[in-house]
Amino acid sequence: MKTYTFSIYRYNPDVDDKPHMKEYQLEVEDNQDLMVLEALIKLKEKDPTLAFRRSCREGVCGSDGMNINGKNGLACITHLSSLKSDKIVIRPLPGLPVIRDLIVDMSQFYQQYEKIKPYLINDDKTPPARERLQSPEDRAKLDGLYECILCACCSTSCPSFWWNPDKFVGPAGLLHAYRFLIDSRDTATEERLDELDDAFSVFRCHGIMNCVNVCPKGLNPTKAIGHIKSMLLSRAV
Amino acid sequence: MVNAAGTFGRSGSHDYILLRASSVIIFLFSLFMAGFFVSTADVTYANWSGLFSNVWMKVFTLLTLTAVLIHGWIGIWQVLTDYVKASGVRAFIQFVFSVGLIVVWLTGLFVLWGV
Ligand code: SF4
Repeated sequence: MKTYTFSIYRYNPDVDDKPHMKEYQLEVEDNQDLMVLEALIKLKEKDPTLAFRRSCREGVCGSDGMNINGKNGLACITHLSSLKSDKIVIRPLPGLPVIRDLIVDMSQFYQQYEKIKPYLINDDKTPPARERLQSPEDRAKLDGLYECILCACCSTSCPSFWWNPDKFVGPAGLLHAYRFLIDSRDTATEERLDELDDAFSVFRCHGIMNCVNVCPKGLNPTKAIGHIKSMLLSRAV
Repeated sequence: MVNAAGTFGRSGSHDYILLRASSVIIFLFSLFMAGFFVSTADVTYANWSGLFSNVWMKVFTLLTLTAVLIHGWIGIWQVLTDYVKASGVRAFIQFVFSVGLIVVWLTGLFVLWGV
């Protein structure tokens, strides 16, 4: 048997004056490895007041983003063994308002996502009867962009997003912005760029690259942001 | 939104270009000055004021001071809009730095004028 000690951020605004860390012990068989989410579910069986989000439990829905031993990630695809420690500290995603325990209010994150118009805009007066075709090369440009599951691990690890969550779009939103800027079927490229060309939306990214470090899908928002900057700069000069 | 009021350029890309361009000028000037100190064994008043009496050196220095003004202005604004949330305090600090940068520029101008 191996005993893990969990220190979990607890805050219930109805009864607590301020947040506190609560300790839990969990015994795991020697030959067994759990995901952090499974451990949390076991702890919740003992203490039903513990609150966290989860849904698909296999890294597809993006609900259980949290800060595990100082690094943002999805609890459902993070092995306890990968943490290389029997002490595990779990906090909610940093920078967003806490609703309760590990559950954060994602409104600001979604507002930034909404701002970049995450849908195809095409002003073609005579749309094709069945579908808008794309060459395999053009389709390939969307790889590494469309896979994002909006878990918010990246944006909430980004200092620029912490300081200006209302003005800086953040890595997740910008990854999606580039996904539509580069889409051969989208005709609103200029309008999209116009809306991004202020001092905050894109240019508050200083290439810290925390987003790349934490993305559970292995995506590279910094690279996408670099492409957007190049598009904006080549218009400006 | 504090989108543009306190900064220097007209847009995000304009700020970005100004920052990069000014940093290149500051870098070249630093390199030049380092070269001067390395190649001049004994820096006397005579060769120091001789250097700055050249018109090209005056232009180069003033260009660099202008670059410092622009670079500092935008840089300070970026740092302040990250870390200082109270707009009154931020405006005050920005004011102090901007006046300071202009003072540096003007001082440089009159010093160069007198050489
Ligand atoms: S880019 Fe990665 S970390 Fe950011 S929201 Fe998308 S999947 Fe999550």
